[in-house]
Parts: sequence; C-alpha cells; structure tokens
Amino acid sequence: MRKYSVFAVAREAMRSHKGWEPQWVSPEPRASYDVIIIGGGGHGLGAAYYLAKEHGITNVAVIEKGWLGGGNTGRNTTIIRSNYLYEESMDMYEHSLKLWEGLSQELNYNVMYSPRGVMMLSHNTHDQQSFKRHINANRLYGIDNEWLTPEQAKAFCPPLDISKTARYPINGAALQKRGGTARHDAVAWGYARAASDMGVHIIQNCEVTGIRRGPGGEVTGVETARGFIGAKKIGVSASGHSSMLMQMADVRVPLTSNPLQALVSEPLKPIFPCVVMSNTVHAYISQSDKGELVIGAGTDQYHSYSQTGGLQIITHTLDAICELFPIFRRVKMMRQWGGITDNTPDRSAIQSVTPVKNLFVNCGWGTGGFKATPGSANLFAHLIARGEPHRLASGLTLDRFRTGRLIDEAAAAAVAH
Amino acid sequence: MFLIKCPYCGENRSELEFRWAGEAHIARPENIAEISNEEFAEYFFLRDNTKGVAYERWRHIHGCGRFFNAIRDTVSDNFLLTYKAGLPRQPVPGSAPVSPDAPEGGAA
Amino acid sequence: MTKKSFRIKGAGRLTPARTARFTFDGKTYTAYEGDTVASALLANGVHLMGRSFKYHRARGVLSAGAEEPNALIDVARDAARRQPNVRASVQEVFDGAIIQSQNRWPTLAFDTGAINNLLSPFFAAGFYYKTFMWPKEAWAKLYEPIIRRAAGLGVAPKEDDPDHYANRFAHCDVLVAGAGVAGLTAALSAAETGAEVILVDERADVGGALLFDTSTMIDGKPGYDWAQDVLGRLKAMANVTVLTRTTAFGYYTHNFIGLAERVTDHLPRPGKNLPRERLWQVRAKKVIMATGAIERHMVFANNDRPGIMLASAARTYLNHYGVAVGEKIGVYTAHDSAYEAAIDLKHAGVEIAAIVDCRANPGEAVVSAARALGIEVLTGHCVLDTSGRLRVSSMTVSPNGGDAKRRIAIDALLMSGGWTPSVHLFSQSRGKLKFDKANDRFLPDIHVQQGVSIGACNGTDDLSALLAEAAAAGGGTLSVSGSSAYGWTGGMIGAAEGAGKDTVVKAFVDFQHDVTAKDIRLAVREGMHSIEHIKRFTTNGMASDQGKLSNMHGLAIAAEVLGKEIPQVGLTTFRAPYTPVSYGTLIAHSRGDLFDPARKTPLHGELVKEGAEFEDVGNWKRAWYFPRRGEDMHQAVNRECRTARETAGIFDASTLGKIEVVGPDAAKFLNLLYTNAWDTLKPGKCRYGIMTREDGFIYDDGVVGRLAEDRFHVTTTTGGAPRVLAHMEDYLQTEFPDLKVWLTSTTEQWAVIAVQGPKARDIIAPLVEGLDLSTEAFPHMSVAECTVMGVPARLFRVSFTGEIGFEINVPADYGASVWKAIWERGQALGACLYGTETMHVLRAEKGYLIVGQDTDGTVTPDDAGYGWAVSKKKPDFVGIRGLKRPDLIRDNRKQLVGLLTKDPTEVLEEGGQIVADPNQPKPMTMLGHVTSAYWSENLGRSIAIALVAGGRAKMGETLYVPMKDKTIAVEVTDMVFFDKDGGRIHG
Repeated sequence: MRKYSVFAVAREAMRSHKGWEPQWVSPEPRASYDVIIIGGGGHGLGAAYYLAKEHGITNVAVIEKGWLGGGNTGRNTTIIRSNYLYEESMDMYEHSLKLWEGLSQELNYNVMYSPRGVMMLSHNTHDQQSFKRHINANRLYGIDNEWLTPEQAKAFCPPLDISKTARYPINGAALQKRGGTARHDAVAWGYARAASDMGVHIIQNCEVTGIRRGPGGEVTGVETARGFIGAKKIGVSASGHSSMLMQMADVRVPLTSNPLQALVSEPLKPIFPCVVMSNTVHAYISQSDKGELVIGAGTDQYHSYSQTGGLQIITHTLDAICELFPIFRRVKMMRQWGGITDNTPDRSAIQSVTPVKNLFVNCGWGTGGFKATPGSANLFAHLIARGEPHRLASGLTLDRFRTGRLIDEAAAAAVAH
Repeated sequence: MFLIKCPYCGENRSELEFRWAGEAHIARPENIAEISNEEFAEYFFLRDNTKGVAYERWRHIHGCGRFFNAIRDTVSDNFLLTYKAGLPRQPVPGSAPVSPDAPEGGAA
Repeated sequence: MTKKSFRIKGAGRLTPARTARFTFDGKTYTAYEGDTVASALLANGVHLMGRSFKYHRARGVLSAGAEEPNALIDVARDAARRQPNVRASVQEVFDGAIIQSQNRWPTLAFDTGAINNLLSPFFAAGFYYKTFMWPKEAWAKLYEPIIRRAAGLGVAPKEDDPDHYANRFAHCDVLVAGAGVAGLTAALSAAETGAEVILVDERADVGGALLFDTSTMIDGKPGYDWAQDVLGRLKAMANVTVLTRTTAFGYYTHNFIGLAERVTDHLPRPGKNLPRERLWQVRAKKVIMATGAIERHMVFANNDRPGIMLASAARTYLNHYGVAVGEKIGVYTAHDSAYEAAIDLKHAGVEIAAIVDCRANPGEAVVSAARALGIEVLTGHCVLDTSGRLRVSSMTVSPNGGDAKRRIAIDALLMSGGWTPSVHLFSQSRGKLKFDKANDRFLPDIHVQQGVSIGACNGTDDLSALLAEAAAAGGGTLSVSGSSAYGWTGGMIGAAEGAGKDTVVKAFVDFQHDVTAKDIRLAVREGMHSIEHIKRFTTNGMASDQGKLSNMHGLAIAAEVLGKEIPQVGLTTFRAPYTPVSYGTLIAHSRGDLFDPARKTPLHGELVKEGAEFEDVGNWKRAWYFPRRGEDMHQAVNRECRTARETAGIFDASTLGKIEVVGPDAAKFLNLLYTNAWDTLKPGKCRYGIMTREDGFIYDDGVVGRLAEDRFHVTTTTGGAPRVLAHMEDYLQTEFPDLKVWLTSTTEQWAVIAVQGPKARDIIAPLVEGLDLSTEAFPHMSVAECTVMGVPARLFRVSFTGEIGFEINVPADYGASVWKAIWERGQALGACLYGTETMHVLRAEKGYLIVGQDTDGTVTPDDAGYGWAVSKKKPDFVGIRGLKRPDLIRDNRKQLVGLLTKDPTEVLEEGGQIVADPNQPKPMTMLGHVTSAYWSENLGRSIAIALVAGGRAKMGETLYVPMKDKTIAVEVTDMVFFDKDGGRIHG
C-alpha cells in the first residue's frame, strides 16, 4: 500500500496525479473464505480490517449488495460521542472514541475526526436530572462530560438562543469536549483500503440471497448473486437488513427498521462551531467542513425500507432548530435524504453469537452506529475470531431478551412526569 | 406523509391522524403466565421486520380512535389494504404493485 | 467604469419606463422592473458575479434559471433581511436591493483566495483524505479551521429573521408542475373537464422555453403570446389556481407534493401582512410533471470564464430581458439549439464571431440559416481553450483531431451540449428511469405513483407530439397545434475534444465545486467505480445546484474511463428539494408559542395572578413555586413546605392525567391492566395502583377511585396520560375486545385543587355540600361525588404529602371560581399556595415515589418497594410473565432506598452516582444513583432517595457519592423520613 502523506500528494501533483493506485481492489471471489462478512459499511469493513490486523485472519471477504458505505455509513450526520449511561454502552462507545482519536493515523487515511465538542441541551428539571446522572456516571467511569450553565453553553455555541422567553428555555447543557464529527465516507474507504492491503477481498454489487448450512447446522457459506461462496464463519453486519439476512439462517433477531431522515443547508461560512443536540425538542445540528449545516431529523413512526420519509418530520425538526437558533430561519435546505435505522427493543446494539454455529451478528445500532464504527468493528472482529464476545461487548448479546437484562438507554432517559 | 384509509371511518386521511402500532396478528398468549422465557421473548420482542408486504397495525388516534390492520409494502410504502381489528389475516390483494427498484441510493 | 448599456432597443418584454435601482458590491445600477439581478448586471456590462468554492475562480452567470451554479449572491433589504446564496439568475431586482458578491476577499475582482487556483495541482479530488494527518492533533486545531474558513459560500444571517411565513394545505385533482408549453396545455385540458387544477411554475412568468424560443408558433400565435392567452384563460377559471414564483420542490409518498411560493422577495416594499414565502402541502390525485429540460454546458479547457454561458441563457437575456450578453460572441455547441441563439443575436445586431460545432454533421436547417446570415460555422471543430482574466477574451479553435489552432477574439461564448430532461420530481416520486441511448439521456420509465411526465422532461421533442401528449395528460379534449422553425438534433455528454486527457487543463464539470474532468478520471483511477463513490470523492453534483448541469457529464466521463455503458455505472439519487427551500418556509407558523403550544390548566390565570414561577413539564406549564417579595426559590419553597405541614397548602393538581373507566367489566379490565387487585375495592374508596407493561417494569402509577360498581376515576402521572390511555385502548380493543368497558380521557374536563395539611378540612368544609368530611365518615382513601359551592364535584380524600389531604375535582370551567374561594378561606386560616417544587419535597419526606424521576423504565414494583401492590392471586395481568424473567428476580437488583448525608446540611445532586469505595480506580463500580434530593425544611436537614443495588439489604451502611470536587458520605436508610408511623394522614 502506498503511503499517503503531504509529500506523496506533492509528488503526484507534479505528474497530474497519475501514480495513484486504486484504494482497494475488487477481485473475483474465491471459492471459499475463512470469514465472510455480509455488509460493506464501516462496521463490516472495519471488522474485516481488525480480523486481519489483530487476529491474523486475512482470508476474509466483505460482501456488499451495493457500494461500500452506501447504507447508514454514508447517510448519517457523523456525530461521535461516548457519554452514555450504562456501563455496557460506556464500554463500547468509549472504546470506539479512543479508536477514533487515532484512526486517521492507524489507517493512514484522513477520516477528519474533529473533536469540536458535542453539547446536549437541557430544557427542564427532568433533563437536568438525567444529564447529571450521565455526567456523574461518565466521570466515575473516566469519560469526559461536563455541565454548563446557559451562559457557558452560549459561549461555547454563540448562535444559541438562551432567552427565558423561548418556548422551551435552556437551563443548562452537558458537554463532551472529545465528542465531535468525522467524515463518513472516509471511514468506509479508509478501512476498505487498509483491509484490502492485507488481503481482504472486497466484493461489491453482490447481494446475499441465502445462507447455506451443513449437516451439523453450522454455516458453510452464502448464496449470492455471483454464486455460492463458502465460509467457515459468517458475520452479519447489515444494519436494517440484518434481520432479513438472519432469517435466511432461521434466526430471528429483535429489530425494527425505521426511516431516519437528515438534511443539509447550502454551504455557509463558519457559523456553528460544535455539535448541538436537544432531545426535548428533537434536533441535532453541526456544520460540515464544506460549510453545510447538517441536521438530523426524527424517525418516522412506521417500519420501512424505503429510505425516504415524510416532509412533516423534516419540517418539525426545522421548527426545533429555529427555536434554538432563530438566526437560521433564512438559511435554506439544500438536500434531504433518508436512511434505515435498525432499532432494538432497548435501543442498544446486538453483537452476539447466534443459535447457529459460526454465525455472528452485529446490528441494532439504531442512531448510534456511526460513532460506534471503530469500536464495534474492533470488538466484532474479536467475537468472530474467538467465538466469544470481548469483555467490552459482553453485555450486547442476544440472550438479554430472554433474561430481561436489557441495556435500556432510552428508558433511562425516562419520561416527563 | 402517508394517506391512510381508516376501515372504520372509510376515508383516506393524512398520516398525522394516525399512530403506527407495530406488527399485526401477534396475539397475546392466553396462558401467558405459564409460557417459557423463550416464548415470552418471542412474543414480546421478536418481530418479522418484513421487507416487502407486511402486516401491521395502525390506530386512528386523532379520528375514531380505533386500532386496525393494514397490509403495506415496506419498500414502496404503498398500502395494499386496511381492515378492521379482529378480522383474520387478509390475503394480499392482487399482486403487489411494482416496488420501485430505485437507482442506487445516496446521500450527501 | 462602464456606463455603456447592453440593452437592445426593441428587444425583450420589459418596460423601460419602470426602473429600479440597486447596488452591487456598493455600486449603484439601474434595472428594469422584471429584471433578474443577472439580467440587470449584464445590461450594465457586468459579467463577473461570483467566485467558485474551491479555487476561487472568477465566474459569471452561466444560466438564466434555477440551475445556476456560479452567480450566487447575497441579497438584502436591511441588516436582518439578508439572504445568502441567492441565484442572480432567479432573484428579481427590486428598488433598493443591496446585492453583494460572495466568497471573495477583499473584492470580487481581486480575491486573495484565488491563490488556490495556483495551488490546484496539489488540491486534486480527495487530496484531503491523504494528508493533514500529522501531527495527530493538528487536524482539528490547525488544518480544519483553515479549511473551514476557506470553504462555505455565503455568510449566514446574524440576526433573527423579522419576516413571517405561511402554510397552506391543499387538495386537488391535478397538480401541474411547470408552466411551459406542455404544462399550460395539460393544465388547460384538465381545467376544461372541471377538475380542480393547481398549476405551478418557478419563474415569475409562465412560458418556460417560450421565454427565449421566439421561433415557435402555437395556435397561430408567437409562443409567448399564446402562453399569456392560456394564462389569462386559466386565471379566469374558478377551478384553477395558478402559482408563479412557486417551486414544486419535493414529490413525496402517496402523491404528496411540497411547493415553495416566494411571495415578497421581488417587491420593493412588501405589505406588512404578506408572508415572505408560503409553503403549500398539496395532496394531488394526479401529478403532471411538465418540468422541461436543462441545457448542458460543454466540458473543455477553461470553460468557466465570465462571459461563457449557456446558449439558451443568452437567448433568454436577449429575447425576454432585451440584453445582449456581449458584442462579439462565439458559440461552442454540440446541439442545434445554440444556432438559434446566434441567429437571434445576429438579428439583434450583435456580431457572432463563429459557431464552433464539434459535430461533423449538424442539422442542415440551422447551419444554412446561420450561414445565410453571414455567420461563420465551423463544423467538426472544437474549442481547445479560452483566455481572459475576469472576462473571456478569446477562444482557441481547432479542427477535431487536428493541429491547426486559431485564436478568435470574443467577449462572450455560448455553449450547448444539448438538453437534460428534468426528471427530478419523477425520481423523487421513486419512479424508475430508463436510458435513452440514442439521445444520451435518462427518461421516465415506470411511474409508481399517480403521476405522468410530459414534454421535454419526458423526452418528447417534437412539438406536435408534445402538445398531443400534454392535452391527453390533462384528460380533456383540447387540441392545440404548433410549429417550430427548426427541428433540433444533436447533443453530447462527457468531456469534449478540448477537455484534454489527463493533462493539467481545467475542464469544468461541476462549476461551483470546481470539479474537472480530470478529477473524475482520478476518482476512477483510485478505485471509485460506483457513481456514488465518484460523486462523494470528487464532490461532483454536491454543490447547491445539486448536479443539474454536472451529473450527466460526470457520469459520461466515468463511464468512458471505466469502459462501461452509462446505465451500468448508475445514477445518483435525486433528492428533494429541487432547489433550496428556506427553513422559514418549511417552518411557516411553527415558531415561538406555536412551535409547540403550551398546555395550561384551567387555573393558570389564577396562578399567574399569585405570582407563580412556572416550569415546563412535558408540554404543560406548571406552577413551580410562589415567591413572595424578596424571596428566592429556596426561601419560597422552605416557607411553602413549612406552611403546608403546619397549616395547609393549596396546589393545582389539574395536570394529573384522568381516565374514566366505565362499564360492567371495568373492574375486570383494571385487574388486567394494573398489578393490583380491583374487584375488592368498594365504591367510595380509592387505591394506589401500579401499571406495568408486559415486560414487568413500572409504566405508570396513580390513585384510582371507584365511584360505582361500574365506574372508576383513574388518575395517571402528568406526562403519562396519553400513553396510558393508548395502552389501555390497545388492550381493550385488540386483546380483550369482549370486555364491556368504555374509556374516556377526562384530563381536561376536571380542574383539580389539592388542599393538604392539618387545616385542610377546615378550609374546604364550609364550601362542600352534602358530604360529611370527618375522618370517621370520609377516611383517607375515600372518594365521593358532592357539590362544592353548588358545583358538581368529585372529592378525593388522598394525600401526596402525608398530611390530611383532599383533591377537589370540579368541571374545568368552574375551576377558577372554586379555586378563588378556597384560596380566600385558606388565606384566612394561614395556608399558602405551593407549586411542584414543594410538592416534590413533601412527597420525598414521606418516601412517595415519582414515576419517571425515581423510576426510569428499568424498575419493577418490587425494586421500588411496592411489591405489595403486585397481586399474588390474580391469574393474569399485563406484566405477570415479564416480572418472572431471570433478570427481574435476581439478587442485588437496584432498589429504592433513602439516603441521609453524614453532613445534614449537604444536599446531594440528583443524578449523583453511588459507590462503596470512593478510592477505587476508574472505571468505578457504581451501585446506583440519587434519584431525588432536597433540603427538608421540616426536618432541618437534607434528604434523598436513591436506586442502590441490593439497597434494602444495605440499611445503615455507609456509601459514597463522589462529586467532581468532593466525596459525600451517605447512610442508607428507609425511604420514609417524616412522620414514620403515618399518623398525620389520618388526622
């Protein structure tokens, strides 16, 4: 793999950039692999990379029905943070955040991790109680998260309206300074390039249509648009499509696929320095390096694979954004789109062995999938390689739906009273 | 925004009047107190999450207030049929309309 | 300073008598009313209108419409009414407009950012993925801030927008998007059948291509005149709504269309009552897409200098606005339509330097017409390059594949690569496209919603066919005839001859984002083989024009390098909006109080009079505390707490959710929905109930009163009311439909006044009629119907404070008068008003939990210390099985307990985490958290409630709450802190 650096770019600039090689290669599939990962998003590509890098397993294929990073990896609003409440969540997301911090160097690919701070707005007593519960838990766990007064919040994010006359005035905020954003496509491409360099096969435009099993019930490979491909182990990491894929192996997983929409504005000169989220009014916003305001909307209520959603979801989100930031009313929406989020009953992910031997699943990341990418990929690789979960992901197994030991981040946020 | 026909009111109304209420035809086990942990998990948590023609429940919450069933294609989001709660699983009317196999998806 | 006018006398449709003055970068110009900023600047000889995003290249206006990528300007009326990133080709001039150019410093003509153009060999597509990685921290601290400053286009508004916006919902039989030849015909055809028709067009004027196309005759009239006639007829029809300056920006599921109507942006002095823009949310039975086609540019070296523009744009500026875009104009084309621009300009007296056509055999008619006018036509030639710093000054022409170069002086260059059908709306509707290989274009194939595409956006080129198609789409019997002077042929996509293969030349594909042909080739070389990867790697098509001009060229170049057919490379998804839409328009009225209307109780006005401070609880405004003069919150709450226990307190409890459960099976139903048993509850009595979902976790709680055998008055938490009712309805309608029960939400029907304290009975007794309030006759947990001051009431003897308590429910309309009377009595007896904060403290002193604060959706009744409320006898209730799951019955679950700080003056932080060993290393093992913590004035110390793992077995143990700056030692205690034997409540 040719190393990327300012010098390499300068050298190529002298010769019209003719010397760059493909970032990854797309060979003809082999007859079989040690591991097949279904799903060429950040999680799947990352898992393949860590299988090769940390577990010495290089006879690996990532099979993607469309193009790399074309699912939620390339559709999300790129927010990264780790200030979750439950230990299982903190373990995973903090592991992930630590990997984000060195990911550009690890992959020799600038994923533009930008720790510009993620600020969550508190609007009432209930928010405040909930946020402080998070802040205290995070601090004792070694994760940064701090309480800001409204004035401090405004100093951190000048466009914020902190007036008392707002419909839902702000009574404070929780700030994780190490939180921020990254460039979503670069994560997929960076993992693909580094994995490909270690021998991983990246097979795009190849839909998996079946999972074949042997006499002992164990997986033996996948049926695909390009024929049967054998595999000793299979990892499913296909976000909203994971439940369908698992059904091919007669495994049911508790997932609901919902539309989630987002939008960007026209490009503007820098005006918004951080990431701001508000659960009370349902909005989150940041500004991309290109200058677009990137805004996440809510989930449509129904289950769907349409990758679109209703205009009312978009307008309601903008209602909230402009309540928080009234100066943005004249800004224009340039593009809206939708993705499919895969939600579990407790809104925490599933990373688990399954009742089928040598079949592993990584799904249910809901709206948290992008920030989890390196951590999830890293621990999923461990699960596939060792056949048992890493300590940091041991709470994410399917068994919890039988025992009732849920990791209910949503319930922990509780309800107004 | 969907346009949904309430089988009780008999009119097509905006989605704003309705609440989605999950997969249809999942009956609460009559002997629920006796079922196993696995059976409980199956009943309470596991859903088909169908891609394609799915059976689901809606409630006309800002109308007649009734729960009803619907058959919807979860790729095109087209409703194929709505019918009253309590009726058995209805057959899919005709053949499903063409699911738009949109060109490659994308997002900024 | 040029004073020269480029207006052509007799050309165009604007009225010279009506002028408007505006400034551009501080300089004043005069325009005709109806001019766009672009046409007005061109009339004044100004071509330089903007700078590109990346290289800061000097740019002029490229188009005369919404596809404009270059001439983006900032338009202001005043400081607050300022709009960045406006297309100069769309914005109409109004008198007094303050226009500024963007993305340049210090001036448009001298922009230091243009240094990027010199460094461009370094800034190839995706270069940033390969560098800026060392040292590790430098990306966020050094590189990113520099890149962010350089990026972006306009400057965001700094002030709150003073304008207002409107919203309309509409239903129609037929929505026609686009009022060109096809749209007007279809709309008229539909309207004549009596259908409700909405016709929209993004421009100020109808006609579409007829604005520039002066050689087309329809029904015997010049096309534009015919369009005006049709417009007049449509406007006269009651079943037709014509909306100009209105963009159909999104085609959503189930034939739902979003329209953005620009109401005042073209007016010099808009009326105060007019909204600036209006959002239309239209549900159409049928959508007729007549969205036309957009002319493409030619991709060749330095095709971006000011003065280089689309041929149809130049024709529009001439024929509609009466402006010549130059004095010596070149044409570079692959399509016949550009000839007509040259012909029209020539007729208007403008010199045409040459028409360079890359085709060997263009349409004969246009070539001979041009040559007949003395225009030099160079077929089989290409433009290799252009020159000129702030305006094009020459083009270098060569025969295709030949060496001979000829430099021709020009001051404008018109391009046409042919026409791209506007299939945006069709694709947003999720229709499936097919590729028309003969014409290198994607066309609508399968419509999946109730829509139809007609005219140019459907690839229907022939005018007669188009008119027939449009009339048929409208569903009427209309017959329109028309003729065009010339049939058009030709078109190309991808890089033209002069683009250069992998050399250093810049042949722009995407103008705004400075994406060149060689960038696309580089992306393919780097392994980006999907068009989505190419788009994302190069940012082609991601600018504010969303690829209207660039997508097809980018696709063709990629296909060529990949050696694939275009359909195999794919097409990026068309997403709404078609053109950008203001947030303000999408929000419309939903701002301030209308953002989320606040719920106020029937007593709200009284509470305001008494000086209450309010807090938001869900969407309710609840009285928080009642400060007296000079009191802060802490002092007020202490006084309220003290008074309530010493005398009495009066509290607005109206927000409590209330559900009337009626019917012969009401008790049976509640038995199934709550964990408690209800058949044993006698009429006239109340019971505290706990509701779980099937998972066994506490979902809601509240007091339920039985008024009669078949009637229960159920109360819920304030926030829980809607979901509890929905939960009940779900079970009643779908799981237990045989039960004869009726559920009614009565939350808003009753005003609820709680009177609590030793003197509570004394306060209310004189006002209550027909009820003996003595403890013997009406003990704690009783309910009765009576009258209060003659008003029918439901009186509950309940307490959330541990004192003697009554909750008086009266019809909402009588709430305020009853409240006033009670408060008058209360004042006389020394009572106080109290709010939610005091309510919280008093209940915490008694260890009463608040669902949602002390529990969080992971707490079972037993965890909360309410195991007794779970019936052991009932065969079934919702939650019965969930409660038995392994994790819900394991040891060491988190349980609610009391906490007392070792230092009684220390009030814990709600949300504080609890540990056994505060000195352990991080990550620490946390046992639970503080759910409630208050200063208890009545106890003279702090109190707290907490969820603690194995808490009930830890009574008396010392635990720790480590804070940022200190560690607080606490003792685990019972949850009841005050009046432990509970005697007061029965007094």
